[in-house]
Amino acid sequence: MNKISKRKLLFDQSITGKVGTTMPSMDIPAQKLPDSSQLREELTMPEVSENEIVRYFSSISQMNFSIDHNFYPLGSCTMKYNPKLNDDIAALPGFNDIHPLQDTSTTQGALELMHHLQILLAEITGMAGTSLAPMAGAEAELAGMLMIRAYHRNREDFQRKKVIIPDSAHGTNPASAVMAGFEVVSIPTDKNGNTDLDALRSVVDDTTAGLMLTQPSTIGLFDTNIVEIVNIINENGGLIYGDGANLNAILGKVKPGEIGFDVIHSNLHKTFTQPHGGGGPGAGAVMVSQRLVEFLPDPIVTKIKDNFDLTKPSKSIGKMGAFHGNFGALVRAYAYIRTLGKEGINSISEDAVINANYLRTKLENTLDLPYNRICSHEVVFSAKTIKEKYGVNALDISKRLIDYNIHPPTMYFPLIVDEALLVEPTETESKETLDDFIYVIKQIVDEAKTDPELLHNAPHNTPNKRLNEALAARNPKLSWRDTQVSS
Amino acid sequence: MNKNYQSTYTPNTPEIKKEMLKEIGVSSYEELFVDIPEKYRFPTLDLPAPTSEFDLKNEMSKLSNKNSTPGEFSSFIGAGAYRHFIPSVVRQITSRSEFMTSYTPYQPEVSQGTLQAHFEFQSMVCELTGMEAANAGMYDGATSAAEAALMACRINKNLTINIVDGVSPLYTDVIKTLTQASGIEIIQNDLNSVLKESHEPPACYVIQQPNFSGEIEDFSKLSEIAKLNNALLIVITEPMFLSMYKTPNHYGADIVVAEGQPFGVSLAYGGPYAGLFACKKQYLRQLPGRIVGETVDTDNEKGYVLTLQTREQHIKRDRATSNICTSVGLIALMATVYMALQGKVGLKYLSELCYHKAHYAADKLSKLNGFEVVNNNFFKEFTLKCPTSVKDINSYLHENKVIGGYDLSSESDNHMLLSFTEMNSKDEIDNFINLLAKIN
Repeated sequence: MNKISKRKLLFDQSITGKVGTTMPSMDIPAQKLPDSSQLREELTMPEVSENEIVRYFSSISQMNFSIDHNFYPLGSCTMKYNPKLNDDIAALPGFNDIHPLQDTSTTQGALELMHHLQILLAEITGMAGTSLAPMAGAEAELAGMLMIRAYHRNREDFQRKKVIIPDSAHGTNPASAVMAGFEVVSIPTDKNGNTDLDALRSVVDDTTAGLMLTQPSTIGLFDTNIVEIVNIINENGGLIYGDGANLNAILGKVKPGEIGFDVIHSNLHKTFTQPHGGGGPGAGAVMVSQRLVEFLPDPIVTKIKDNFDLTKPSKSIGKMGAFHGNFGALVRAYAYIRTLGKEGINSISEDAVINANYLRTKLENTLDLPYNRICSHEVVFSAKTIKEKYGVNALDISKRLIDYNIHPPTMYFPLIVDEALLVEPTETESKETLDDFIYVIKQIVDEAKTDPELLHNAPHNTPNKRLNEALAARNPKLSWRDTQVSS
Repeated sequence: MNKNYQSTYTPNTPEIKKEMLKEIGVSSYEELFVDIPEKYRFPTLDLPAPTSEFDLKNEMSKLSNKNSTPGEFSSFIGAGAYRHFIPSVVRQITSRSEFMTSYTPYQPEVSQGTLQAHFEFQSMVCELTGMEAANAGMYDGATSAAEAALMACRINKNLTINIVDGVSPLYTDVIKTLTQASGIEIIQNDLNSVLKESHEPPACYVIQQPNFSGEIEDFSKLSEIAKLNNALLIVITEPMFLSMYKTPNHYGADIVVAEGQPFGVSLAYGGPYAGLFACKKQYLRQLPGRIVGETVDTDNEKGYVLTLQTREQHIKRDRATSNICTSVGLIALMATVYMALQGKVGLKYLSELCYHKAHYAADKLSKLNGFEVVNNNFFKEFTLKCPTSVKDINSYLHENKVIGGYDLSSESDNHMLLSFTEMNSKDEIDNFINLLAKIN
């Protein structure tokens, strides 16, 4: 197939007179239109026929890797199978077609589902209360940090301006803390991959509002000092924010609330299988300890006798979006938890951790293993030695994996590991798939020795070779109109 | 617990896992969790038993039927989320697993489908809003408005936001939440006082067109004041309105935001939706969210990448323009496919159809005893003053299989906000009016 025609934008395919869909009939008498001075100039939109639109989008879709087609071991992203059943349930007209501002007496089914999901998530994480309002993980982080701020202010403890964040954290953590009005203090990770306790002790004081901690961490390790960390923060009057991005690894194995976390969020699009959709939508449920319940985002669902209602907690930090959160994602998460039940939820973490440790064991002599201990749901490798020996880096290995139809792992993250390759297989991959991956990685490392150019120029069979990102940033072409001007 | 349980989503059987554990060098999976302090390891988990697909579908179907669903009920509620017809192609395309089950396009060589679709989205949002640049979408219209206000504060190094009356209270609430810790002062006043009273220049004026009560306002004077004060003009608007009326750049908008839901996205009880976000090019480096740009590959072939990423949290961490990461990729795709299907002719026709329906209804309602249409100049939504409480009217309507308008009683007694789209047939509208006629 001709590569160029496949890539032509809809705007460039437009021919006057083509029609993409039929129009509902005009069944009322025409009314007087406003004066033309109020009306817009002719709208520029593509004119393309329906079948051409279907072929266009179907055809460009095939340039994507996806979890339904490819092994997708992106570390910290939990790219696991998204059950089809959940999409069907979310599409039921009684869920999919209801308006967010209908009187709550007319949406009891939706509210009952949300109420039960609040309880299930609180039980899974060991917390006292849940709000389903945040629309993604980062928004849940912001909600959590705003609650910690509100908690201290409510006690008239205004000096707590500082939030401690390990250097292995996701970038959203410091960005969210700053949006919540805090100064960020970064602390290092020790040589075993745990939080550096001496560094923590040296920065914590009565200006510390709290600590943001990902457990298991972004290097796929459960911090063995966790109890000590919680004590250090609590003794100084701070609160613990748990980033639940990696909750998949500990489902049923430990409850963050029992250890003493005050907040934990869950990315429902990771652990609870809302499809990631090429970058969202997600949902970020936020769960809190008893002392933060009154600060939860607005709304929460409460049950009064046999009725459910949307209510605002007494000292709520406020609304996170115009309505009540990403309900479509909540339905999917609920269906997922109900399908698996107690046994299934327990099996997730067990299988995810076995899969990651299997990869760790089988590849420990092929790639560098900066933290050589039992890992959690993901394992961080490094291409440092291979780079020194053969001039092939983590990027080259990642791009070469594409030629084998495998999506690259997360690369160059966490920032504290040189030439990082963060591999998260998830529980939904079979041993056969993992064995194939192991074989391919070994093959690629052999290629690095014998034919490094093959890796430098990878990928070879994709619609595009490596793309010039510097050019895109230097000379931004961000719309069809931009491309018309410059050509 | 049922020891023989095997999830359909986890392919490794107990025998296979045993083999894997042996390779790992441990005798049981429990040994893989030893880093968790023993006291907290393996807690009790109080969850229901697993459910079969068949049983769960039945149960969820029953639960969903407890809701009163537009379609079964005729519905006249809007106030920021609108019921429009969604052509089958939208759902079919966005259900393709290549789009639905892929991640954020960090690896551009295997994400050109998503990237190219989002480039189309940005292009369409620019055309629709009349602005020069757009991002690939925010969580919803309200968070777009809040991010726009924060962006204006960064650009002008000024911590005052002036929200002009008429902005949806739902949006104002979100702006307050998202700015509460940034040392920002929010001033709320009406258009007249902004125009007539001298005041310290704010970072921005935030306005809504049409405003929350449905009125289309003249903001040309405010635009002049904004220019004089070197303040940004942030316009919250609505895509179906933009398809028919003058775009906000004609009255000086610097940033335009809107709820994208009316374009191909189900109501779904409030989300997921997609916030549209567009601005003048001069502010590009302060934009929040993801942006797709065109570039070339090593063979000089055209392709797309995420660009200007140094604004974003994964690079800039505590100095990022926003904390947003996962946003609304698939919803932006729904809007893209929708706009492609409607094209310029369809969007014009549909927006005018909404206009005709709303004005047909308003004309009839204004002739009813005890009712009064409050607006002078409106598009598809208007405020109706009723002879009695909206709560009572709505519960009477509900008994007659009608979902009435949004109750504005927290602002003005006995006022409801009514919305009309192509989904409301003449029969539905006439029936609604007849029901109201019986009230007096």
